[in-house]
Formats: sequence, structure tokens, C-alpha cells
Amino acid sequence: MNRLAFGNTSLLFLISALLCLALADIAITTLNPWGELLRLVRGILRPDLLSVEAWSVVWTVAFAVIGVSIGATAGLLLAIAFPHFAAVRASALGLRSIHELFWALLLIQVFGLGPMTGVLAIALPYAGIFAKVFAEIIEEADLSAEKVLPTGTSAAAAFAFARLPVVAERFKTYTLYRLECGLRSTLVLGFVGLPTVGFHLEGYFKQGKYSEAAALLATFYVLIGTRRLWARPATVPFLLIASLLLLPEATGGGSVIANLVRFVTHDIVPAPLRGADLGSLATWSTFAGWLHTIVAKQILPGTWNTVVLAQIALVGMGLLALALFPLVSRQFMGTLGQPAGRLLLVIVRSTPEYMLAYVLLQLLGPSMLPAIIALALHNGAIVGYLMGRHADALDYRPDAPKGLNLYAYDTTPRLYGQFLAYNLYRWEIIVRESAIFGILGVATLGYHVDAAISELRFDVAVVLILATVGLCALIDILSRRLRRALRISTLATRLADAPATHEV
Amino acid sequence: MFKRSILALALLSALAPGVARAQQATLVFTAIPDEDETRLVERFNKYARYFQVKLGVPVKYLPVKSYPAAVTAFTNNQVQFAWFGGLTGVQARLAVPGSQALAQGAEDVQFKSYFIAHTSTGLQHAKEFPKGIEGKTFTFGARASTSGRLFPEYYIREALGKEPEKAFSRVGYSGDHSRTIQLVQSGAYQVGVLNHLVWEQEVKSGKVDTKAVSVIWETPTYPDYHWVARGDVDKTFGAGFTDRLKASILAIDDPELLAIFDRTKFIPAKNEDYKAIEDVGKLTGLIN
Repeated sequence: MNRLAFGNTSLLFLISALLCLALADIAITTLNPWGELLRLVRGILRPDLLSVEAWSVVWTVAFAVIGVSIGATAGLLLAIAFPHFAAVRASALGLRSIHELFWALLLIQVFGLGPMTGVLAIALPYAGIFAKVFAEIIEEADLSAEKVLPTGTSAAAAFAFARLPVVAERFKTYTLYRLECGLRSTLVLGFVGLPTVGFHLEGYFKQGKYSEAAALLATFYVLIGTRRLWARPATVPFLLIASLLLLPEATGGGSVIANLVRFVTHDIVPAPLRGADLGSLATWSTFAGWLHTIVAKQILPGTWNTVVLAQIALVGMGLLALALFPLVSRQFMGTLGQPAGRLLLVIVRSTPEYMLAYVLLQLLGPSMLPAIIALALHNGAIVGYLMGRHADALDYRPDAPKGLNLYAYDTTPRLYGQFLAYNLYRWEIIVRESAIFGILGVATLGYHVDAAISELRFDVAVVLILATVGLCALIDILSRRLRRALRISTLATRLADAPATHEV
Repeated sequence: MFKRSILALALLSALAPGVARAQQATLVFTAIPDEDETRLVERFNKYARYFQVKLGVPVKYLPVKSYPAAVTAFTNNQVQFAWFGGLTGVQARLAVPGSQALAQGAEDVQFKSYFIAHTSTGLQHAKEFPKGIEGKTFTFGARASTSGRLFPEYYIREALGKEPEKAFSRVGYSGDHSRTIQLVQSGAYQVGVLNHLVWEQEVKSGKVDTKAVSVIWETPTYPDYHWVARGDVDKTFGAGFTDRLKASILAIDDPELLAIFDRTKFIPAKNEDYKAIEDVGKLTGLIN
């Protein structure tokens, strides 16, 4: 019965993606992409390792370590209150639904272009993610220790002595895994002007300096690939202290308090309400007109484009993951082929979507296509990697088939529920990530946010960001319902929960 | 883990003074990133050294990634003066009342934009506005660029009688002038528009394939780039400081420093010089 539901769900998504594809704006318009492609390949083949600025690598790690640490701490506190207060759940959702890029753009208005902005742009959304994940881990934890506590034990003591020991290990694994995501997030900070690897990477790609870009990317892959070696429980205190000491210094003055007051009491107050008589009907009718224009001209069409883009990218991701997962499975690739497959997928998933999209923009011309391909590749590599680990964790019969038969009649059918769980979980993530593709001339919500910020209309930007949050929340709910209906809501959805492999 | 997290929180409070500490009287400036940022930091650090010697206070350059980021740094008083484009300068002065335009390049009094097109469009150089660009794909530069967006948009509206989104089959914003050339040259967009100085410069340095992309129209002239200082600079750095700053800009005669901006010299500017920009900004809806 379940298999039928799986089939129907998959079919539904496939059809919706095909429909979107028919409606989407995906024309290939470029006339002569070969020159650029040639330069790209030449650059990648000749990485200029000497051009890598060491400090940008140090700062990348520092921002990630501090941002993730604060996010994890705040997330843990929120997670304890999570089941008890709807307000906590709502604020955690709000925190994590805003993309790091938008957080950074908003925080710059108050804290300026400096370390505080960088740290908070990671810490705030991560606190929301940690709150949710930690709460889920606590909820799933074995409660036998708590049941035997004497009556009258305080809630804090019960948590510290009966729950924390049970869940601490999983918290640790998850937090360290999140550090990898944190490293990727620092790239986005570079795009807005903080001195991480992303700062130079954006510049190099923009100028077509592919040798320099390739060297920097290679450094970044190594950083991510070796994360398990340098980020261990034992090294965390050292990493934290070193990061705090090495964080870049703030350049320039400005009062945070004055900026905050200006931002809250002027910049983000809807223009028609600024200094207007709030008791007058005329003010509110102007306000209604203002809001109506934003909704009709930006939010509705922007949401439509975002959903169309995300839907195609989601199905693209799924198909890609199905095709890629054997590459990282020992069962399919053998002990020799598997590491090569894994290296490939680490590279694909660590390549920032923004970079991919920019290169594809040069090759294919402006349309949704570069964004779709970039999102599908990045997320497909993640899901493929996870699926590969599940594939190796299955028990196979001694006389299990090989090759295509194993794939089509054994592994894939058995993992299909897990596959859907990952896809549905990443649905919301794809919508959120589509926010950063505004530059492609595709009028998604992110495109309009970019426009509002360029015109210094932060009131409009905030309304648009809230609309993005609403869309993410809606998809989150839908995805959860679907997972429950398909009875796959208890399956792993996070990298830290996938079965472990024997890693070096 | 828990204890460690508390440690992290305690250490965070050590971060906060970093923001407060920045209150010391260092003069900081920025510039809009309008073209290839090759060694931008290195080049502007030369200016920082020049100002430091002339003014006798520590001077630093703050690199930014986008036009609005430059304006924000100015609004936040993170930088006290900046090299803005026409529109960003007006945005900055509207956001910080009391700010003053100090100086402009000799070339900025009569600035112009070039419309460029890919050869495959068949569009030729002409004296009148090229109405044939209607329906093509089109890229501006940065959204808040004067020569890459504001005036071109104004002339497009005037000649075609509609907003760019309606006039073209697709409208993009490349981000900067060099990238506009790249995108039109590769045919990703059929038509684009940019700062005339950047075009001349890139053609001279051999970066443009003139067989693939050429200029089809020059806009009438308008005032553009200028240095702007916050109104409260004198309060922090002493009476008469703004005048000294202005004098030190006007005194720049080192060809190496001038070459960084591709200008022959700097001449005095005042706020009223940019009235036209404010008007066009309001007309096109870019300024409230």
C-alpha cells in the first residue's frame, strides 16, 4: 500500500515539475558561450595556488566556528523551551526561514560591514535550525532514565541528568556537521563584503579570473573535506579561542545604537506611515495602496516564479540523486571506486550554487535555467551522498544481484521511502536558497529584495522577506504533512543521522 | 558541550567592544565598486596613504561589494567620505542631511553612457536613439548606477514611451560596467548600456572583442561621479577639516593617483550640481 503512495507522490511531483517546465522561462539565449567556457576550463586546469589569500581562509573558519557556536548555544536554550511555547517555535521558524544573505544585508544596516554582522548572520538562522533539530533529538530520545526519577525533581535537573546524557552524543555529531554548512554560509558573507573566501571568489568569477578562482575553490574543498580531522570535540575549545582572537577587526566608526534606532524607527517603517498622522484614515488608505502595489507587482509574481523554479529544481535534484547515489556506495563501486565517487560528490556539493549559476549564466544566457541546474546539482549531490550511505547500510543477501539489477530491483525500491523523506525535507531548503538567484534576471522574490535594497527601500525589503518566510513556512507544513501521510516522518532527513560509513 | 557553549557566549561578549572600540578617530572612506575590482584594495590604499600624509590623521579604505553597501556604510558613519556615482551620491546625501558634495572629476561634469549591442542584432551606430532595441534582451549595470541605469532608463522611457520591463523581452542587472561588456560580448544579452569611460578603457586594454560588440548610441551628457563627505566630519576631526579634505582632493596631481579613477584632475563640486539626478531619480521612481 505504501509503495503505491510512494509511486503516486513521485508521479505528482514529476507532473508538477513538467508543468512548471512548460511554463518556466528557460530559453537558452546566449550566442557565443565557447570563448568563456574555454577560459573557464583553462583556468580550472591551471589553478594559481599562490594567489590564495591565507587570511581569507582563516577568517572563513573563524566566522563559521563562532557563528555556529553561538547558534548552537542559543539553539539549545530555545530547544528546551521548544515543546512548551508556541512563540518559541514560531521565532525559531522565523529565524531559520530568512536566508543568511538577507540576514547579512539587514544586519549591515545596524552593525555595519564588520565582524558582528558576519557572526550574527550565521548565528541567527542557525539558532533557528539548531532549536528545531535539537528539539527533535530530545523528543526522540530514550526516556527510561527520566521515568525513574523521584517525584519532585526540578525540570532543570531532570533535563541535565536524565535527558542530556542520552542526547549529548547526537548533539555533538550534529553540531560538528553544521560547521560544514557554516563554512559554506561564510561564502555568502563574502558576497556582501566581509573578508571571507567568498569575497575573493565572487571577485574572481566576476572578472573571469578562473585560475585564481579554481585555486581558491580547491582550498575550500580541502577545508570542507578535512573537516573531520580538524573539527573534533577535543579541538573545539582551541578553535573557538583562536577564532575569537583572529576575527577581522572592525574598520570605521558609527554608533550601533544610533543605527539601530534609525533602522527600526525610520528605515523599516512603511514609507506612508513615516511621520504621518496614524489616527487619520488617509494615512492608512495610502498605506493600503502601498502594500497592495507590493503584493500585486512583486510578491505574487515573485512567489509564482520562486515556486516554479523550486519545483523544477526539486525534481531535478531527485533524479540526479537517484543517478548519483551508486557512485558513493561500496556495494556498487567497490572499495576502490567509492572514495573517487565520494570526492566527486563532495566537490559538487561544496561548490557554491551562486558560482555555478554565474558560470551557467555566461554559458546559457539569462533565464531560470542556470538557477535550476545549480540548485539541482548542489542538492542532488547532498541527497545522493546520503543515499549512498544508506545503500551500504542495507543488509544484502549473499546471492544479491549485481549492477543494474541490484540497483533497480533491490537497493532503490528498499530505499525509496528514505529517498522521498530526503526530497521532501529539502523542498523548503530549495525555496529558501532560490532567494540568492536574483541577479539572473529571473524575477523571483530574491530579485525584488535585491531591487528594494538597491533603492534603499528597506521597508519594502522587509515586507518581501516576510513573504519569503511565509512561503517557506507553508512548504515546511506541506512537506511535514506529506511525510506523515506517507509514514516516512520518522526516517532520517539530516546528514548527521544517516548511517555512518568507515571514513578515513 | 553545554559548558562549552556557555563559554562561547561569554566569549561573544568579548566581541562587542570590537564594535565600540572602532569609535577612535580614524578617517575611513569607500568607493562604489563600479568596475573590475582587480587590486582595488591596493589602489585605494594608495589614496589612504595620500590622505593620511595630507591630513595628519589615520586614514583607511573600506572595500565594499555593491553600490547600496557603499551608501549604507556612509549612512552608518562607518565611512566619513566616499567616491559615489551621481545617484548613489544623491541617495547618500538624502540619507544623511548636512552632507556635502566636495569634488568631481573634470570628466564628470559631462558624463555619458554608451549603448552597446552584439553584432548579431544588426544594430548600427546612429545619432538618434536606437529604437530597434525594443523587444531585445537588455542588461543595465548595477541597479543604482547612474550611467549604467538611471540616465539610460530615463532615455529609454522617453524614446520608447514605456518602462524597460515592458520595452525589452528581458531586463538584467549585470552588477558592474565590465560585466555588462562581458555579457553582451558573449551574447548572453543582446544589448547593454554602460559608463563611457569604462568602455574606452577596456577597449584600449584589448579586453573587448570589437567584432562581437560595438557602441550603437551615446546618450546626452549629465553630471556623474563625485566625492561626498558627511556633515559631521568637522565635529569629529576639528573645525575646517572638511575644507582641508576638499583641498587635498583638489590638489591631487600625481598621474598615478589620477589614473586609478581614469580622470585628468578633480574640480570643485556642490550639492546643486546634482539636481538633475535627483529629478530624474524621482521621475524613474528610483528615489522617493
